Amino acid sequence: MKKNIANGLTLAAIAVVFTGILAALVYIGVIDEYTAQILTLAGINIIVALSLNLISGFTGQLALGHAGFMAVGAYTTAVCIMKFNFPMLLAILTSGLVTAVFGLIIGFPTLRLRGDYLAIVTLGFGEIIRVIMINLEQITGGAAGLKGIPSFTEDILLAPALSMLWVFSVMIITIILMSNLIKSSYGRAVLSVREDEIAANSMGINVFYYKMYAFTISAFIAGVGGGLYAPFFGYLNPTMFNFLKSVDFLVIVVLGGMGSITGTVIAGFVLTYLQEFLRFLRDYRLVIYPLLLIFIMLFRPSGLMGNREISILALWQRLFKSDRTQSKVDKAGERQ
Amino acid sequence: MTVLRAKDISILFGGLKAVSNFNMTLEEGELLGLIGPNGAGKTTVFNMLTGVYHPTSGEIEFTDKNGKVQNITHMKPFQITQMGMARTFQNIRLFKDLTVLDNIRIAYHFNVKYKSADAVFRTPAFFKEEAEITRKAVALLEIFNLEHKQAELAKNLPYGEQRKLEIARALATGPKLLLLDEPAAGMNPQETQDLMKLIRFIREKFNLTILLIEHDMNLVMGICERIIVLDYGQTIAEGTPDQVSKDPLVMKAYLGEGVDLHA
Amino acid sequence: MGFLHEFLQQMVNGLSLGSIYALLALGYTMVYGIVKLINFAHGDILMLGAFGGFFVLAAYGVTPLTFVLALLVGMIVCAVVGIVIEKTCYKPLRNAPRINALITAIGVSIFIENGARVVKVIGPNPKEFPTFKTVNFPIGDVNISQIQIIVFVVSIALMFLLTYIVNHTKLGKAMRAVSFDRPAAYLMGINVDWIISFTFALGSALAAAAGILFASAYPQVEPYMGIIPGLKAFVAAVLGGIGSIPGAMLGGFIMGIAETLTKGFISSQLADAIAFGILILILVVKPSGILGKNVSEKV
Repeated sequence: MKKNIANGLTLAAIAVVFTGILAALVYIGVIDEYTAQILTLAGINIIVALSLNLISGFTGQLALGHAGFMAVGAYTTAVCIMKFNFPMLLAILTSGLVTAVFGLIIGFPTLRLRGDYLAIVTLGFGEIIRVIMINLEQITGGAAGLKGIPSFTEDILLAPALSMLWVFSVMIITIILMSNLIKSSYGRAVLSVREDEIAANSMGINVFYYKMYAFTISAFIAGVGGGLYAPFFGYLNPTMFNFLKSVDFLVIVVLGGMGSITGTVIAGFVLTYLQEFLRFLRDYRLVIYPLLLIFIMLFRPSGLMGNREISILALWQRLFKSDRTQSKVDKAGERQ
Repeated sequence: MTVLRAKDISILFGGLKAVSNFNMTLEEGELLGLIGPNGAGKTTVFNMLTGVYHPTSGEIEFTDKNGKVQNITHMKPFQITQMGMARTFQNIRLFKDLTVLDNIRIAYHFNVKYKSADAVFRTPAFFKEEAEITRKAVALLEIFNLEHKQAELAKNLPYGEQRKLEIARALATGPKLLLLDEPAAGMNPQETQDLMKLIRFIREKFNLTILLIEHDMNLVMGICERIIVLDYGQTIAEGTPDQVSKDPLVMKAYLGEGVDLHA
Repeated sequence: MGFLHEFLQQMVNGLSLGSIYALLALGYTMVYGIVKLINFAHGDILMLGAFGGFFVLAAYGVTPLTFVLALLVGMIVCAVVGIVIEKTCYKPLRNAPRINALITAIGVSIFIENGARVVKVIGPNPKEFPTFKTVNFPIGDVNISQIQIIVFVVSIALMFLLTYIVNHTKLGKAMRAVSFDRPAAYLMGINVDWIISFTFALGSALAAAAGILFASAYPQVEPYMGIIPGLKAFVAAVLGGIGSIPGAMLGGFIMGIAETLTKGFISSQLADAIAFGILILILVVKPSGILGKNVSEKV
């Protein structure tokens, strides 16, 4: 038990120091504003991609409307801050909850059925949300968009560093909490649904319930990701959240490896950076992502990481402690 | 005490009556064999008993872990499992990309006491119960001589061990009734002998009632106390192995005419 | 304008639009029936077909003869494209987890859309589709245009042709066999790979025809034009019972009529949303669709 707590504290300390240093580097200008922005955007992408990985990679149910969830989160945060003067944290949590409710509503009729229907219903949902956002002009500003969403701080000098601090903190918290969930009995229940629904059912697992469970949590996280996006970007417009945006997240998940948190994080940084880097290709960029999807599925369906994880803690211990006290059972638990 | 009772269950697939008016009672502690030629409807019976299919007519009653008689005719598989009936599958259905240990630990999930929040925030309740689950799972694997393979992925086990793991996983749900669907399929005679010993052993150890579908006559004749023979979805004979093997109708249906089951 | 008049007018519009959805839904249903895959790229085949027709009509002008030529060219090109997609992208994944095949289908879909956008001859901007000058035939108060008639007649003819192929030819019998039980069909000496390719070709040809008819009725073509009709046709296929050919036709007509009635009586902005309303409803009430059968997985 003590060892567990010590491990948790080590991990938290590493995370805090890492994020702090990054933000400090941005603040003093070692990392320029442009790079900071890309990194922050990558952080948001990773949060949403993690949420997609939860339902598609870990639970095995393909969802294609995560940009829609993100939109719900983003607009909720914007409205909460601009109309109701919510504090930032409360606004972001509210957007997560609101999005989770959307997840429940969509999941309930579709998740009882075979997996394929979720893909098409979520795809439709993503598109409908967009249409609704365009039509709810009083709230969302319609097609023209919603301008002047307050950033994380009013201080322009501080803004890049603080945005990054916010996003990275939420990202790290998401990573830790999600991997905690996966490495628990609840996580195993979710994984069993992906592996074999019939066998899971015969093991006493309520398959429909756990699909709903994963999907709702997934919607919550995507909503939080959207909630961060609004103050980060300062401007929202419905076309930002079209189907192709959902596909961006899918590409991150697939490239990283369905069922690997580490994979999503790595792929999230790589692809977000690549997207900026490839700007010189102009429209040809548009063809690269779908080709990437097809090639990965044909030649390396497990992506970069398969369903393996890199444990920061294990790395830390390998680097700084000679005695590796992890027991066999612990290792068995690591892999899933 | 009667553990399981199927009353006149029938099921239609399209227009085809796959099983018609099947009756069966299973007493506590019994080891009953269900045999019959391919396509006789054995697995369909299993699927109805475990809730995968629901019979078109008839009723199924099951006495659950608490001794309460439940009508399970229209229940879902997970509900039936939670009441104390576990099964294996004809074509092994392990969680292939999970470790051997996790395959077992999943079976303990429906009894888990800690909440999602305990898992997410790693409370003491989580660590305590996880350790307990792991301990139980490893103890179970030891019985099956699989504990040294707990970190392997299930798909990497040799065939015979996959079969054993599937039985272990079913036992982890804590059943009082175990349904085995052709556990000896694909095993060589030596493995089948070992399996017989294993089935006898777990039956004693876990105080089980067992219903067994099997093609291997040595296994069925050597282990079952009572046998039901299905053909074309209907019961054609029922009795002790000796009675059944001498039944002319069974010989005709099961092996063609003029064949001795003991051969 | 009275209610009855508006209703009849929208019914006419709905039948015409519905016949296009029906053609498209047939492709979804046949492919799903045979390889259990939602072919997300099917709507994009409609777009390719429309562009095939566009190039023919733009080059030779719009006459009944060139229109038939456009249909033929579009259908043949798309049949080939369908086979190529199947052979290169879907066939290698036949035994992979379903989610992998679905993701590939998404990839193929976006590749076709964005590829079309990038290619010079198509490009991102909408183009006007050369079509017949609209001539209206008033019957009472209801206007029927000759384009609507062409759409309806061509669709019905193609549906008859398909039904004939599936029910009364050796190929059709083989298709049904493969759809019913692929391993058994294989053991019976049916060339399963060939039949699956043929199914894709057939479905894609119908989608191409649907595309040209769609573009004739709504004379504009652009790379993303297939997405929405594709989704609606998928809903139509589910509504009718996925895997069922008469179901897809019925579903297509219901979808078309539902859409035009919504446009006429409720709101034109809701017309797209109504499709998903119907999908959710059918999934809740009768997931197997109107004419579909309940199939449970073998254990």
